[in-house]
Amino acid sequence: MRQDSFQGLALDQVAIRLDGEILLEIGCRIRPGEILTIMGESGSGKSSLLDFIAGFLRPDFEAGGRVLLNGRDLTGLPAQERAIGLMFQAPLLFPHMSVLQNLVFAIPASIRSKTDRRDRAERALEDVGLKGFGGRDPATLSGGQQTRVALMRTLLAEPQALLLDEPFSSLDRTRRADVRDLVFDLARKKGLPVLLVTHDEEDAAAAAGDIHPLETGRMAG
Amino acid sequence: MKRFLAAGLGILALLAAPATSLAQSPGSPGPAPSPAWQDVLDEARGQTVYFHAWGGEPRINAYIQWAAREVEQAHDVRVVHVKTTDTASVVSQVLAEKSVGKFSGGAVDLVWINGENFAAMKDTGLLQSQGWATSLPNWQYVDVESKPTVKIDFTVPTDGLESPWGMAKLVFMHDTARLAVPPSTLQGLLDFARKNPGRFAYPQPPNFYGTTFLKQALAQTVTDPAVLSRPVKDADFETVTAPLFAFLDELHPLLWRQGKAFPKDAAHMRQLLADGELDIAFSFNPSDASAAIANGELPDTVRTFVLDGGTIGNTHFVAIPFNSSNAAGAKVFADFLMSPLAQSRKQDPEIWGDPTVLNVASLPESEKARFDRLDLGVATLTPEELGPVLPEPQPSWVSALETAWEARYGAGGE
Amino acid sequence: MTKAAGLRTIPALVTVCLLAGPVLAGLAGTVLPAFGYLPVLGYGSLSLEPFRQLSAEPGLVRSVALSFGTGLVASLLSLAIVLAFAAGWYGTATFRRISRLLSPLLSVPHAAAAIGLAFLIAPSGFAVRLFSPWATGWTRPPDLLIVQDPMGMAMTLGLVAKEVPFLFLMTLAALNRPHVRDYFKAGESLGYGRMAVFFTIVLPQIYPLIRLPVLAVIAYSTSVVDVATILGSTTPPPLAPRLVSWMNDPDLEMRLMASAGALLQLMLSTAAIATYLALETVASAFARASATRGRRRQADGAARRTALGVMFIVIAAMILSIALLVLWAAAKSWWFPAALPQHWSLERAGNAFILGLPALTSTLALAGLAAVIATSLTIWLMEAQGRSGNGSQRRLKLFIFLPLLLPQVSFLFGLQMLFLVFGLGGSFLSVLLAHLVFVFPYAFLSLSDPWQRLDPRYEKAAAALGASRARIFWQVRLPILLRPVLVTLAVAAAVSVGQYLPTLMIGAGRIVTVTTESVALASGGNRQFAALYAVLQLIIPLAGFSLAAAVPAVVYRNRAALRPALF
Repeated sequence: MRQDSFQGLALDQVAIRLDGEILLEIGCRIRPGEILTIMGESGSGKSSLLDFIAGFLRPDFEAGGRVLLNGRDLTGLPAQERAIGLMFQAPLLFPHMSVLQNLVFAIPASIRSKTDRRDRAERALEDVGLKGFGGRDPATLSGGQQTRVALMRTLLAEPQALLLDEPFSSLDRTRRADVRDLVFDLARKKGLPVLLVTHDEEDAAAAAGDIHPLETGRMAG
Repeated sequence: MKRFLAAGLGILALLAAPATSLAQSPGSPGPAPSPAWQDVLDEARGQTVYFHAWGGEPRINAYIQWAAREVEQAHDVRVVHVKTTDTASVVSQVLAEKSVGKFSGGAVDLVWINGENFAAMKDTGLLQSQGWATSLPNWQYVDVESKPTVKIDFTVPTDGLESPWGMAKLVFMHDTARLAVPPSTLQGLLDFARKNPGRFAYPQPPNFYGTTFLKQALAQTVTDPAVLSRPVKDADFETVTAPLFAFLDELHPLLWRQGKAFPKDAAHMRQLLADGELDIAFSFNPSDASAAIANGELPDTVRTFVLDGGTIGNTHFVAIPFNSSNAAGAKVFADFLMSPLAQSRKQDPEIWGDPTVLNVASLPESEKARFDRLDLGVATLTPEELGPVLPEPQPSWVSALETAWEARYGAGGE
Repeated sequence: MTKAAGLRTIPALVTVCLLAGPVLAGLAGTVLPAFGYLPVLGYGSLSLEPFRQLSAEPGLVRSVALSFGTGLVASLLSLAIVLAFAAGWYGTATFRRISRLLSPLLSVPHAAAAIGLAFLIAPSGFAVRLFSPWATGWTRPPDLLIVQDPMGMAMTLGLVAKEVPFLFLMTLAALNRPHVRDYFKAGESLGYGRMAVFFTIVLPQIYPLIRLPVLAVIAYSTSVVDVATILGSTTPPPLAPRLVSWMNDPDLEMRLMASAGALLQLMLSTAAIATYLALETVASAFARASATRGRRRQADGAARRTALGVMFIVIAAMILSIALLVLWAAAKSWWFPAALPQHWSLERAGNAFILGLPALTSTLALAGLAAVIATSLTIWLMEAQGRSGNGSQRRLKLFIFLPLLLPQVSFLFGLQMLFLVFGLGGSFLSVLLAHLVFVFPYAFLSLSDPWQRLDPRYEKAAAALGASRARIFWQVRLPILLRPVLVTLAVAAAVSVGQYLPTLMIGAGRIVTVTTESVALASGGNRQFAALYAVLQLIIPLAGFSLAAAVPAVVYRNRAALRPALF
């Protein structure tokens, strides 16, 4: 299992405990462009797992094992340095910024030129069919539009892996498939390993990757 | 090198010149200041004087503000009026400072004071140890002859530890629109209250005005007035005050609010008189009614009266605590407060209406004119009408009266 | 881990030192003199003499009863009015309208409210004038003991008028929790009346959030000085104002007795809180029992209308009082029974304003600094504490709210002596410190809930995008929370402006604020000037709250999610 040269996202004997009791155990590898779906009901420790991978686990949880991304050990790193993109159930666009400001916020600071940053954000909007929405108040966008902006915001930060925490669950049936396809397409195109957490069978089928059911207690890898 | 020095001194002299010439203008009418006083003026320059003075009367506050501006312009002394609700708390503050060993830089530089508070500060050594008031330039105009209270405060010699600021005399006010003929004796006041219950009141002791009313009533009910000029411990308090409390016992149920609540002070009584809640109010300032009419606080039908046999009168002063670090500035301000300019302005009912401590007749012609120009107002009595001044009792009577009053009327019948 | 823990404890330590330090030092400085020990004034041996002197004071029992009764009754009445109104009208347009009216009223300092109320209800006040002489036949004010009555009713009313807005806003914040509306729906769909739903379902859930403010109100009301000075009886006065006058007596031995009295005040306020807690237990047992009986109590129309009526009276009295302050400030002559001034004088108002400028400046400086420091410290504390460790947070909260649960006099006496001994009395800094002790708890009360309630995923989303902690704070959390932060600044400034006793005692008269001036002038009885200074007292808090409302409205005019929403 200890393959530091592995390209993609690897969870190495991860075990999360609360008050000494094991919440979940998992070990798995996701190659670039692959989607691993974790299915589980609420309360099965999904969010703790995502928190652990992304670097947000609360101190009252104990965690063992390692998270490796393209051979880099992320386990002790702060969230900011992990280069893991995160999408939640809600789009969580920052309510005080315009759509464009939300996107520009995500662009790495290494891109200095103001016009450059702006152009990138505008292009990202075009890519998801929202040309001209840059000046809008995020609250005036539909749910599907918001999710698309949130996706582009995540990708503009140039992550090396993607964690999706039921990001489609708030969308209505008709939009859902479109948005989902868009997310998966872009992730594959960019060659990102994707970890999808969902309890929706359709999502899992559309991901067309391995599926790990997550039961309360433990899960073998 | 020498030349530079000389040039520098020349510039300094030029800079200083306007300040010294100004220094003579408003306060001191005389020619150039004496060298000793010049030293005080020099030392005072740039000092900030914290003047603790009762702040419940807007007209007085405005007057103090004016005086502060004048000395700042003339002598570069900044005066900050710290508005107190009760002078006793200032005494307490300085005493506490002395107790913890704060012998300089005290919070109080000058305090408006007289009577028992002065006696307390003098007794406990809380004042500047050297008498300074009589060496102020304007002391020469003070009416020592016919106003003995400028040197003897509630039977206690001032020894120059406080500088006189104004004269006070208890006067009563009535609205002629409702009460044509006011009572002229204490008994008359009681009869009036019997016929018009709820239309007379006095502030609750230890308020200054309330206590003054008690002293007036005591002075007029006491069998031997001489006991009041001696400390209370030398007298049989119970016996001496028995007629006073008999009078009050009878008066209280007839008072405004049946004596269960009291006006806060003279300004409050004035307000109650204006609203028609009271028919009779009183003040410690003979021109108060005129001033209040000029101010729109009282209708112009209000007039002043006094009781037969005279009313309590005294002088109020300013004093410098022992631990003031701005004593020079405080003296400059105290001297200005005694100046003919400041005194005449203070006597103007439109401004304050507080009688002067100066002997107007002794003033130079130009200064005397300031007083001659004053219109003392429709409701102010002439000096003859004001009648004789009853002396203040010895200061120890004050707290004895206040304590007895509180136990009797201030505790809700417990 | 240790470094992180260390970083987390620094703000907690600062908070504890800032709040508990002065309080505990002040308490010690009160307890020792109460037992006769005050070596700096020359009293070096322990004795019970101060207590003996205290018990011999005439009218002491009445003073104590008055403080206890007015404080407790005012607190209970305020709570009842607020809860009944919330129960009957939450979620309605009426509720929304009343909420808008009450929020600015919170900013009215106690002293100003009391002065205005006296103008309204006194026998020569506006209420009587409005009906005189045409309806009452009174050409002169009736000789009725309304203000400063021995039962303390005027004082109780004054406290109610001031505490209702406070408790209401605290309740409103508690009702802002998620799902409260759903509980109402659920309860009503089971056939329960609106008020029954509130008292049996909603209140038990939100009560823990308003309990502390209620206790603070009791501690405050039983020990209030400024309101008692203006509206309270004087024959004898309630305990707290008597303590202050003993403390200021030229006879320094009285300070020992005043300290003993301060301990009595502490016991009195504690007893009032204990009484309240006992009542609370009885009430909750009663509520539990009645909730399981299944009575629907649908016919609550009369109760709802009464609740609205009482709330309306409180608000109308407050607004009228403030309007009267403004009128009086501009009036030259306004004699009974004229309902409006006979002569106006704006010039005098202008002069007084100029005279009041130095006081206004120092008030503003104190309020501004206290607000910024208290709010920053609150944010620092919240950021450092994060969402971790409940136990230590509860202990910290106790420290934070300690100054609100103790009567001010009980530790201000000692604090004053300490400042004096260290030569710090009367300095701007020491007054600022004293203000912070009282301002910080309110800043914490106002900001901690919105700060903790902000969706933590915003922070996660920003961190996952690579944003640094500083960038997340300055560009994400702070801007989203701009409105509550500004409201907190306004609340903190208003609390600072309202401080009377700490300014007076610690400032040694040298630090003058519009509040100390206005109480001094109100005690002088000149209505125009008392009114003017009361109006000056209103200016800073009202400006603060207006800014707190206007700035986000302008900055976020195009941000729907950040527009004011009371629900």
